[in-house]
Amino acid sequence: MNDFEAIPDHGLAWMEASGEYADIVLSTRVRLARNLQGHAFGARARVNDREAVLRHFRQSVERSQMLNDGVLLEMSEVAERTRRILLERRIVTRELLGEEGGDPARGAAVHFSNRDPVSIMVNEEDHLRVQSLLSGLRISEAWRIVDLLDEELGRELPFAYHNEFGFLTSCPTNVGSGLRASVFMHLPGLVLTKEISKTLRGLGELGLTFRGLYGEGSEVVGNFFQISNQMTLGRTEEDLVDHLDRVVRKVIEDELQARQILLRDAGGVTEDKIWRAYGLLRYARSLSFEELMNLLSGVRLGVSLKLLPGLRVYSLNKMMIFTQPAHLEQAAGRDLTQAERDAHRASYVRRILATEGDVSADDNGSAGAKRSEQL
Amino acid sequence: MSEMVCDNCGATDAVVHLTQIVNDEMSTHHLCEKCAAEKGLEAAPESNMPLIDVIAQMTEDAPGEDAQASDRECSFCGLTFADFRKTGRLGCPHCYETFSDQLPRLLRRIHGEVKHVGKVYLPPDPTASEMEKRLEGLRRKLNRAVQSEDFERAAELRDQIQALAPVRCVSIS
Repeated sequence: MNDFEAIPDHGLAWMEASGEYADIVLSTRVRLARNLQGHAFGARARVNDREAVLRHFRQSVERSQMLNDGVLLEMSEVAERTRRILLERRIVTRELLGEEGGDPARGAAVHFSNRDPVSIMVNEEDHLRVQSLLSGLRISEAWRIVDLLDEELGRELPFAYHNEFGFLTSCPTNVGSGLRASVFMHLPGLVLTKEISKTLRGLGELGLTFRGLYGEGSEVVGNFFQISNQMTLGRTEEDLVDHLDRVVRKVIEDELQARQILLRDAGGVTEDKIWRAYGLLRYARSLSFEELMNLLSGVRLGVSLKLLPGLRVYSLNKMMIFTQPAHLEQAAGRDLTQAERDAHRASYVRRILATEGDVSADDNGSAGAKRSEQL
Repeated sequence: MSEMVCDNCGATDAVVHLTQIVNDEMSTHHLCEKCAAEKGLEAAPESNMPLIDVIAQMTEDAPGEDAQASDRECSFCGLTFADFRKTGRLGCPHCYETFSDQLPRLLRRIHGEVKHVGKVYLPPDPTASEMEKRLEGLRRKLNRAVQSEDFERAAELRDQIQALAPVRCVSIS
């Protein structure tokens, strides 16, 4: 079963490296948590609650201009590997899929719009999670898309809303606006110049929070950080979105400055690190996902600094997504052991670098880079 | 990820990973918290305190009040405050009424605020005052869009306001 044919852009438009600062900001996500009156929230919802929520949602879809020609996938009807691929593409959450190895809960679904880059998870922790995931730094654009869809859905669905507390959510950390805006950033300059702790501490003081790529409690590998708003109550949505945008632009400025300091004070070492990372990726026969992420970080820095001019950010993004376990198994057409996965991962990366990266490793280093840039 | 060994003392809980560039040589050292502290380094700050810990800490602050609250049960979904303390999740919209005495303190801890000032939701069958609030919210957004010269956005908002206006006249008369 290949359900991806039905999904607009196969759920991958966010990695096309098109938005502002796409080499530093991989993606922007804005989501709104919404619940329906008269039904228990996710964890306490009974089967009839969940089915009623999905039924109401389906009815509202028919009247929504943004959704009516879209695609709804019920998780229980989607193949297990496909579900894991959706998770790896970051368009559904672990929470929506239920326990690993188990069946998804009844009524768990995701709906994709065919017109706008927006999707809705149904029966996650909250009844609805409206989200827009875009490439690059595009916070206000993502907010505007989810806001418009929220308007449409709110005209049809009786949302749980309280005069004092705003939109009611299962977890009190989401109540009020229900808005979480986040950007997924690559910050090797700040890590290597040891400024990152200061940056991250600063985020806390500014009401923002950070974490790794793959959800709560995950390790930060490859110098990738996800930065998002912590508070959801007591500020307008526009304030939350503008504030995150301003801070992220400052972090980008600091990152760019850190990279210049690296080049100035340790240019030789930095360039060597980048080429070593490229060399390993180009020829390795086995790569763990963590090793890959760390090497990709070096190569990504090289692409940003125009030291590896033939490579595109889009290819780097692909190497992060298509090398995850379910993607590798899908390509192989069978389940893979850990060792097989590492081998398939290395093979995929070699193929991409051979076909999409026209990098010439000449002796002149950055001088050579400048030359090929002019061509 | 496997456990990292501290380069300094050999403990298996290295949490600080220090990358140094000295004389054009880059090196990475893994240190446990204690050795890192001795060298004047500190671990990257935790992203945020888990909600359950915040709730637990709060109930320690006011034990008497908590004992009363623990018995309270939501009449709609049956969630008790003790359940909430365990999971950090409320059971249903009605829980916000049931625990309305305890929640503001918790919300202030989490958000620094207790009152929603964002989007005003208009239910499918709105009352006149709900409609007025909603219009107020939209006008505020419109002003903001005009100020930031986002005219496309302003046009969308103007349309939303106009779509509401005739309905408002009916509900007033």
